[in-house]
Amino acid sequence: MYDGGKIITGIVIFLLFALFPIYSNFGKTYKPPKPDLNTPEIQKMEVKKCVEPKEYMRAEHMKLLVDWRDAALREGKRTYINSRGESYFISLQNTCMRCHSDKKKFCDECHKHAGVSPYCWDCHFAK
Amino acid sequence: MGMDRREFLRLAGLTCIGIGVGGAQLFVRARIASSEFAPTDERLNAERWAMVIDLRKFRTEEDYQRVIDACHRIHNVPKMPDPEDEIKWIWTEDFEHSFPGQMNPYVPPEIEEKPILLLCNHCTNAPCTRVCPTKATFKRPDGITAQDYHRCIGCRFCMAGCPYGARSFNWRDPKKFVKDPNPEYPMRGPGVVEKCTFCVERLEKGKRPACVEKSNGAMLFGDLNDPNSEVRRYLAEHFSIRRKPELGTQPAVFYIIGGEDHV
Repeated sequence: MYDGGKIITGIVIFLLFALFPIYSNFGKTYKPPKPDLNTPEIQKMEVKKCVEPKEYMRAEHMKLLVDWRDAALREGKRTYINSRGESYFISLQNTCMRCHSDKKKFCDECHKHAGVSPYCWDCHFAK
Repeated sequence: MGMDRREFLRLAGLTCIGIGVGGAQLFVRARIASSEFAPTDERLNAERWAMVIDLRKFRTEEDYQRVIDACHRIHNVPKMPDPEDEIKWIWTEDFEHSFPGQMNPYVPPEIEEKPILLLCNHCTNAPCTRVCPTKATFKRPDGITAQDYHRCIGCRFCMAGCPYGARSFNWRDPKKFVKDPNPEYPMRGPGVVEKCTFCVERLEKGKRPACVEKSNGAMLFGDLNDPNSEVRRYLAEHFSIRRKPELGTQPAVFYIIGGEDHV
């Protein structure tokens, strides 16, 4: 084999890099993000529910927010009638953030975990 | 491989459960898809929003400032230290620069020196919306020229297109220059163009624009297509002018300057 030494060294270095994440995380327990719903506004609610079912919000809230944005801004439709037939005023700042007033413990908790940085709060106030 | 009766029933039961759970999931999705959007109940509606500014009723510096502050405060318009970074939604300018086509050497001094209250004209043929490459600025069916900051890429074509200087670019992060922000209204980020919105967010709640509300009757707001609206009745009784009408943009802000003397 020509250049065997170099190739083998290369493979070893590559494997070190490729396997480092597995090695460094080995044996550690996985800590899932725990978004905190404990805000005064949510505590006040008799039935604690979001604009749509929890599972849907967890998976699709970004799509819902984009739909809200386009409906409110571009079509001038500021009322959202949800799947239960209830009406909500469309506003990230004044509807979503009113209940989810602790951005650090709610939004950031999962966003950090997932490594995403949405720029909603560059302009919208988090309260 | 044969299957006995017990095994068959077990598999059949599990399959039914599987289909049930899957179907329920589909049902949830379908229900979400059935959600709807609608305008707010209290929204003020018009075919074509327009404004009349009766400048004869603006007498003191305070009259102008009250109206400007009302707008800039609720919309978190920053006060920039450097005039080159200025952000303005509603502001004043002298007669000559507001109405260049109307200027002549014999305009009475009280009109020549009078500050003219300026804002976005919400033109019917808005040049800004024609040049915007991303449709961040667009005409709503009710005549308002809206601005969608989410889409704005900061190219400033609209500022070049607007003949009225109604648009401002955020060269710096405006957040640092708003002292006491209104938490109900969002900010803008650096790199987007902003301007007067005819208070769409207030119209949705059944309120007239903030400047009109604070003007003590010097500014009127209404439907230009409704002959009985406040603005149409006022325009029928008073001679009004618009800024740079020769450009064909059809501004929706009308000015009443003076000249009411009877012979």
